[in-house]
Amino acid sequence: MKYVDEYRNSEIARKLLDEIHHITTRPWALMEVCGGQTHTLVKQGIDEALPAGVRMIHGPGCPVCVTPLEQIDKALAIAARPDVIFTSYGDMLRVPGSTTDLLSLKARGADVRIVYSPLDAVRIAAANTDRQVVFFAIGFETTAPANAMAVYQAARLGLDNFTVLVSHVLVPPAMCAILESPSNRVQAFLAAGHVCAVMGWTEYEPIAERYHVPIVVTGFEPLDLLEGILMAIRQLESGRAVVENQYARAVRREGNREAQEAVFRVFEIGDRKWRGIGMIPSSGYHLRPEFARYDAEARFDVGTIHTAEHPACIAGQILQGTKTPLDCTAYGTLCSPQKPLGAPMVSAEGVCSAYHAAGRGLATPRAVPLHELARRQP
Amino acid sequence: MCLGIPGKVVEIRDDGPLRMARVDFGGVRKETCLAYVPDVVLGDYVIVHVGFAISKLDEEEALRTLELLRMIDDEGLAMELGSMADETVADSAVEPAAQPRTP
Repeated sequence: MKYVDEYRNSEIARKLLDEIHHITTRPWALMEVCGGQTHTLVKQGIDEALPAGVRMIHGPGCPVCVTPLEQIDKALAIAARPDVIFTSYGDMLRVPGSTTDLLSLKARGADVRIVYSPLDAVRIAAANTDRQVVFFAIGFETTAPANAMAVYQAARLGLDNFTVLVSHVLVPPAMCAILESPSNRVQAFLAAGHVCAVMGWTEYEPIAERYHVPIVVTGFEPLDLLEGILMAIRQLESGRAVVENQYARAVRREGNREAQEAVFRVFEIGDRKWRGIGMIPSSGYHLRPEFARYDAEARFDVGTIHTAEHPACIAGQILQGTKTPLDCTAYGTLCSPQKPLGAPMVSAEGVCSAYHAAGRGLATPRAVPLHELARRQP
Repeated sequence: MCLGIPGKVVEIRDDGPLRMARVDFGGVRKETCLAYVPDVVLGDYVIVHVGFAISKLDEEEALRTLELLRMIDDEGLAMELGSMADETVADSAVEPAAQPRTP
């Protein structure tokens, strides 16, 4: 595939890794923000091939993982109603709520449907005007333009039976929360390339300056990540702290203006609770008052929600980068992709799932195309 | 869900309320909304998230990135040849990751 295969060239990967080893003179801690980046790093063994002392801390950029338990429980309460068709991105279905998950609810007869695009949910609403169709609008800045368009189209079509359960989160406030934390060890960020494709990187410039932290907008293929790491370490080694763009083929400084306009036509910024992390001020999108009639939380009374996380799950600490799945007593035993206790084991973008898929800390060996790189001398 | 994939626009339909396309991802074709990339034409490559193209891939930038990546070897070699002493310092300061750190 064009724009994919050429960024997986192992020869260039080796050269990049050589260069990283060559320029690194001391330990550094870098955070890759996005779960998609974590997945590539772990699958390819890139984090293990870096110079000793250079640590990749996995960031909270898995939308499924940070969707708060209250919202999952609300989704479950709404989906259980007989008059509701509940629509969701597929990876939300197995995320554990306090007592069950959407997939189990579906098995028990609830009308829960997976959609690829939020526009599919609008189509379902248009075709089922006698039912209430609810879409679980979750995600980071990447999915916000799509979710906004669904609400906008429902309004254009005058659909009274379509609502969205919103749980949108934003990257820059989470980065600030991490940097403000007394236990923070992150010295540089690989920013999420596709979030920046939508929003651009102007929001990151004051963060780089204020916290004196290098931020490199980075793509998702192995060469992207290696180059992003190289650029970040170059900055760290030279004492610079600016925003740089590794992912120039997809990201422009101003981002996608059309998408931003659509997002802010439908949503406004407000406080948002993150699963495992807690409340982060101004870290989410909420529907604007003029779109309040499309708010599922206002349409359905779900009563009082009492949430309960599984006691063995340390997803919160993993999402904050203070622990890895290998520090978890449930990892690979009580908790697996087949029987997840926490959201990071469910999503393809979750850290626990990435570790498990790569066989880390498990008896099963893993296949790692770049594995040899980890063994060779720089 | 958040994973964006690059694909090639192989068909565009302008007749509905939203500009739609068929996008080919190495043989798999998906219905994709082009509302946020109005200047995209047939044959362009786009990054697609949950059925929406969010960015048009810039061929020139893509080639430039690859060119830079390929040049690393030459630069690296020049640096290595030109600064042997630095390399010794660097080598003593940083241990190579000889083995994966996982158990």
